[in-house]
Amino acid sequence: MPDPQRTEPITEAAAPAPGASRYFVRFTREQRYMHAVLFTTFLGLAATGLPMRFSESFWARKFAAGVGGFGAILFFHKLCAVVLSIAFLIHVKEVFQRGLLRREKGIFWGPTSMVGNWKDVKDLLGHMRWFLGLGAKPQFERYAYWEKFDYWAVFWGMIVIGFSGYAMWFAPFFAHFLPGWALNAVLVIHSDEGLLAILFIFSIHFVNTHLRPDTFPMDMVIFTGVESEEEFQHKRPLEYQRMMKEGKTESRLGIAPPLWLLNFSKVVGTIAVFIGLTLLVLTLTAYFH
Amino acid sequence: MARLFATRPFVIRRFAARAFAPRQFAARRLVPFALVLLFLAWTSNAHAAQKPVDADCLACHGDATMTDGASHSIAVDGQKFSQSTHGSLECTSCHADIKTYPHPDKIAPVDCKTCHADQASSVSGSVHASASDHPCTSCHGVAHYIFPKDDPRSNVYPLNVPKTCGTCHGSPDLAKKHGLPNVYPLYMDSIHGFALSKEGLLVAANCQSCHGSHNILSRTNPQSMTYKSNIPKTCGTCHAKIEADYEQGVHGKAVAGGNLNAPVCSDCHTAHAILQPTESAFRMQSTPICGNCHKDKFSTYRDTFHSQLGSLGGYVETARCWDCHGAHDVRPASDPASPVNKANLVATCGRCHAGANLSFVQYQPHANARDRKLSPGLYYVRLFMNLLLASTLTFFLIHTILWLIRSRYSQVKNKSANGGKNA
Repeated sequence: MPDPQRTEPITEAAAPAPGASRYFVRFTREQRYMHAVLFTTFLGLAATGLPMRFSESFWARKFAAGVGGFGAILFFHKLCAVVLSIAFLIHVKEVFQRGLLRREKGIFWGPTSMVGNWKDVKDLLGHMRWFLGLGAKPQFERYAYWEKFDYWAVFWGMIVIGFSGYAMWFAPFFAHFLPGWALNAVLVIHSDEGLLAILFIFSIHFVNTHLRPDTFPMDMVIFTGVESEEEFQHKRPLEYQRMMKEGKTESRLGIAPPLWLLNFSKVVGTIAVFIGLTLLVLTLTAYFH
Repeated sequence: MARLFATRPFVIRRFAARAFAPRQFAARRLVPFALVLLFLAWTSNAHAAQKPVDADCLACHGDATMTDGASHSIAVDGQKFSQSTHGSLECTSCHADIKTYPHPDKIAPVDCKTCHADQASSVSGSVHASASDHPCTSCHGVAHYIFPKDDPRSNVYPLNVPKTCGTCHGSPDLAKKHGLPNVYPLYMDSIHGFALSKEGLLVAANCQSCHGSHNILSRTNPQSMTYKSNIPKTCGTCHAKIEADYEQGVHGKAVAGGNLNAPVCSDCHTAHAILQPTESAFRMQSTPICGNCHKDKFSTYRDTFHSQLGSLGGYVETARCWDCHGAHDVRPASDPASPVNKANLVATCGRCHAGANLSFVQYQPHANARDRKLSPGLYYVRLFMNLLLASTLTFFLIHTILWLIRSRYSQVKNKSANGGKNA
């Protein structure tokens, strides 16, 4: 943002030109790191899980032979699973600490909460009407319904895939309190839910969040944490208006992302999307073979 | 006197050759020549009227460069011959038609059958019956230097047998001509071939351990050592305990009962390319072999984690058919001696899964999630997961496609590029 007190001319090339946009924080550093851990381990789990799910496809065997066979694949799968499980537990701990111990507002309900509400249902229906040209585009709050769906899909997936995965890892232990057929079922659950997560993230999430025309080629906010005022206003007008009304503008202000961070994010994001799309294509070829 | 004569062999040979050359030959000129020859023979050799001895033969044939009219070597290394298994015999024992010295140009081929009648009759009933294609020497080596089979110089010494048979059975052309597999390279890479060529184990199975030697028959001949129902006995010659185990199992009983669809040793282990069963390659290749007959069991096995793990390779410990069912004495699950009998499951599963208990062994290694009656819990779990997957993806696919079209439409309409700078 241009500083009204500033008298010296701006010399840094990367600094915003006068009249350039202000930037507002959307994600904290911890949240961005959490996403980084999430997508890194998710890519790792998908890349090692898919060869097991489609173990008879040619690419699975090639991949397995390349990395040292099934033993290596399972090792990395478990490694990623443990890291992701820890990240998940840290997140749950954070949510409960902020919501229950510190009594922070807007964690479990309200416009900033991840919990679904009646407005999300109306937004979904309104959005669909807008798709078909039957109404105006809905105005979104901090988290739109599809973002909440992404969040809860991961949350549910963590519990379901995590539980069924550990049940296979420690099968004799889980057999103490699971019926025999459940040991068969956990593989079906684990692989189908994993497949759903992979197909969803690498097609729906990629397009909804990164590749649709409004954000193409990539929504950088999850990497940089900040977005410009225009983008903020355009994407989530209700949250923007609320912020202005509540007079919290100053506390939400961030700094323009430095060039290195933008470039770094583009490289990381592109690699992640590329790996994801490759895995998607391989999955589809194996699935429909 | 014989010694004196032996110093001038070529003179005599050339003289005789000229004397009997057909074109200059005339009956009336024969008489004086014959008289001269007889005289010479009589004066030079006390045994002139009898067969020549070896020294006489070697006088000419001892010359390493000696060839016949067709430039084939007819030289004999007397030293080496005397060490061979026939060293104690005289030349004329085999070359029996040579009665005079010097002998006629054309002599009869040696017939081994004269002494080796049993072997000759075995060969004549075998796949190698054609004497012109398979003379004795094709396996036993050069006629004058045949050694006993326990002599390392022999072509049929156990360690030399594969190479000897491989002269023909290692040739792709011959394999093609007779419709036979090119077995030599397969054998040499097998555990038997390795034991023989690398370790020099005399007891390692070589070609003739399984096929016989003189009496080799086609495997389609019920008398053959390699006829399907005879294979357990053939392999059992060395693998006696495994043969006994096999006979106790369902496969052994079926074969003994005349069911030739049941597997014998070679169906699982292959005939020539036999691998160490703990080897990764063997564990990878053998499950589908059981699946050739047990199609439904193979199909349900492939749905399980055991198979998914197993087919990736590099991790060979995952349970294959025989890890649970036993290998040679496969028995029905109702048999108390079967490893998959209910009473034995904890022990069987526990070999890999430490801590396996009664509840753990309820796991169905051949569960069929598509069979509601057999595995109802699994059936409904799979149904639910499939519906969840299909409905979620279908809904969001439609949602996303519509969204894409609408976004682009409104972008074009409003002539705006991006909604923001994506920063």
